[in-house]
Amino acid sequence: MPESPTALRAEAQAAPAAGPPRRIAFARVRDFALVPGIVAIAVVGQLVNPVFLQYDNVINILQTMSEIALLVLAQTLVLVVGKMDLSLESTFGLAPGVAAWLTIGGGHSLGLLPAWAAVPVVLAVGVLVGALNALLIVRFGLSGFVVTLGMLIVLRGLLTGISGGQTFFGMPASMLYLGITLWAGVPASIWICVLLFAAGAVLLGHTRFGRSLYAIGGNEDAAKAAGIRTDRIVWIVLIGASVLAALGGLLLSGRLASVAAAQGNGYIFTVFAAAVIGGVSLNGGRGTLFGAFTGILLLYMIQNVLTLAGVPAQWIGALNGTIILVALVMSRITSGKRQN
Amino acid sequence: MSTVPVVEARQVVKRYGATVALDHADLTVLPGQTHALVGRNGAGKSTLVSLLTGLSEPDSGSLLLNGEPAPGLSDRDKWRSLVACVYQRSTIIPDLSVAENLFLNRQETRGGFVRWPAVRRAAAQLLERWSVEVDVRRPAGELGVEQRQFVEIARALSFGARFVILDEPTAQLDGGAITRLFGHIAELQRHGVTFLFISHHLQEVYEICDTVTVYRDARHVLTAPVAALPKADLVAAMTGENAVVAAERFSSARLGAPPALRVRELSLAPSYCDVSFDVAPGEIVGLAGAGGSGKTEVAETLTGLREADSGTITVGDRRPRPGDVPAALAAGVGFVPEDRHRQGLVPEMSVADNTTLSVMDRLGPGIFVRARLRDRLAGTMISRLEVKTPGPELAVSALSGGNQQKVVMARALAGDPRLLVLITPTAGVDVRSKEFLLGKVSEAAAGGTAVLIASDELDDLRLCDRVLVMVHGRLTTLIPAGWQDREVVAAMEGVDLDA
Repeated sequence: MPESPTALRAEAQAAPAAGPPRRIAFARVRDFALVPGIVAIAVVGQLVNPVFLQYDNVINILQTMSEIALLVLAQTLVLVVGKMDLSLESTFGLAPGVAAWLTIGGGHSLGLLPAWAAVPVVLAVGVLVGALNALLIVRFGLSGFVVTLGMLIVLRGLLTGISGGQTFFGMPASMLYLGITLWAGVPASIWICVLLFAAGAVLLGHTRFGRSLYAIGGNEDAAKAAGIRTDRIVWIVLIGASVLAALGGLLLSGRLASVAAAQGNGYIFTVFAAAVIGGVSLNGGRGTLFGAFTGILLLYMIQNVLTLAGVPAQWIGALNGTIILVALVMSRITSGKRQN
Repeated sequence: MSTVPVVEARQVVKRYGATVALDHADLTVLPGQTHALVGRNGAGKSTLVSLLTGLSEPDSGSLLLNGEPAPGLSDRDKWRSLVACVYQRSTIIPDLSVAENLFLNRQETRGGFVRWPAVRRAAAQLLERWSVEVDVRRPAGELGVEQRQFVEIARALSFGARFVILDEPTAQLDGGAITRLFGHIAELQRHGVTFLFISHHLQEVYEICDTVTVYRDARHVLTAPVAALPKADLVAAMTGENAVVAAERFSSARLGAPPALRVRELSLAPSYCDVSFDVAPGEIVGLAGAGGSGKTEVAETLTGLREADSGTITVGDRRPRPGDVPAALAAGVGFVPEDRHRQGLVPEMSVADNTTLSVMDRLGPGIFVRARLRDRLAGTMISRLEVKTPGPELAVSALSGGNQQKVVMARALAGDPRLLVLITPTAGVDVRSKEFLLGKVSEAAAGGTAVLIASDELDDLRLCDRVLVMVHGRLTTLIPAGWQDREVVAAMEGVDLDA
């Protein structure tokens, strides 16, 4: 068929198109999008108050953010796999709350368990909540957003219920240890936070398990077709995230030596903001832990600068919200990508 | 080469509830062949593909692969080493690199950690082996449809399969990409890869396939060497009746009347530049060109989806605000977008809602929509376009491809447009629906609507009074009706036949 269109097209297409130009990995650039912002805030902070970059203040910032940073870590894993977990902030309060309730004697506490059981109880509550979320979302196919929203309310209610709306004091020493101990002169909670982020980054970037999270979040059908056990991995991620939230709660109650009924209340908004500012997509399959870490770091540095600048506490809330919006705009500009 | 058939399906039956999807169907594919499977929507092609890829099991009948009984459904690895399928829907994960997509879930690891350099090297080797020129470090989402398909084919072959099913691979490709795809298929065929090619485009079957099998209404109708089967017989086998010879169309163009569309010196960098033309009422004008020629962008500019850098668009006596879809609609533009899944339909909304989406202002006073008015208008359009639906309230996602496209066309016509802009209006639609849709287009033209069809599909262009050809963003050639295929194709590819 000399006259067939293909033959003609084939003749017309004499020179093959040149290969695509080599490109830098833009994903990497996106990860570092907040670094200039962090440097800028550091400079501004130093100008506002020379205390800002002093060792004690830096440690202070890192320690204050270490507990919520674990929530950011957990949420990032969940977001990358294409789900959402709103209930993390309630797990953050409930897990140490239940441990305190079961181990402290007197008052409205039960004191049923010996003191050594406190930390295992904290982690077990994390596992239980995560498994319950996974059961409803993966096994029964319910909407992840609404399941975890319901769970957020239920768990908060449980904590208020067992504590009678009061604050637990006098917790066993094992629960205080991680919150108050120094390791090599640096608070243990900072070590834990940084090490977990590093481990998480290696897990996400350099293991089959981690890569399968991106695959599931990016295109679940394709992940299934590639032989990834998607359901099992979502189970693991949801449980892991809840355990991280419980651990975060343990760090905070250790530092404050108490569990308030409202521990973690409202944190989830900051957590989402930090993740999105850090380049994690709410639609799944995109984002890194480095980015998420810079997200929460930026937010806490700005808060610290405001405090040092003597901004009245009543105004911090409004400013926090504004900061989140401004940071979103900034990361939109630096990354050049539409957020969702 | 061995003569054991790669696939031998005998008397296969598959039922879904009350529907018989395959009724004692046969298929034999010999090694090294490129075998076409054609049939209208609902003929059972997709069901057969799901049997051949091990996604479901036949209720009765036998299925042999390379002379051996098909493995169990759970033995995914075995299936992957036997059969590969490139689906219409992409199985690429956009945010991961090409290398990672190729070796998803089987990345080389040491001590549990992925060895990225090794993965990239293996990926580059794999692509080189099958002569696919793609940088393995690019995110797969940046690839074009064509490159994505090549990557998917290479991935499929890397599992050891030498039998590849291509499910309508050309549906989203332009002419040049199709040629490259076919060149690739021919190349792979020389390396001993067998293809089962599923397509709506009979021309493609004649171009690259050795043997064709026709299914109709869940049954096997015929299998024959392509060379020995005249086109009319093939169409007849698919439709079950003798193909109607397309009647000679008499131009309905009212050339004396003021033009319905005037485009003057329209430019949009980098897509197109200095485009000027008129369309008279009742006239059908084709805007042809390969992918990247700018034809789609010009058409989208006319409908307000894009805003030109300079130049003017006049519809009738109005000049709709550039880059404003509602303004274009108000000026009397009806529009069938390029990709019905992405721009054409709201899948979960009903047929009635989808049909009347762009004319809601006529369906009641102020901001209100009267359900009765909407259903009446939708009903009229449904019967006018013969959309096969149990009722206007059915979700449009439940319709077949051809009927979905009819809904898109119905919406374009619902506002009685002065100008109808159609972009590849028959992509992914079976032969009969195609004829029908194009018939409706000439009907609208006969009623005085000016029509612009942006397409590189020769069948779409055949009913045009004249064809404007674009190459690299410029109008290069004007071809009056009565052209031969090769004239248009040559013009689209920028070749001069006389030179």
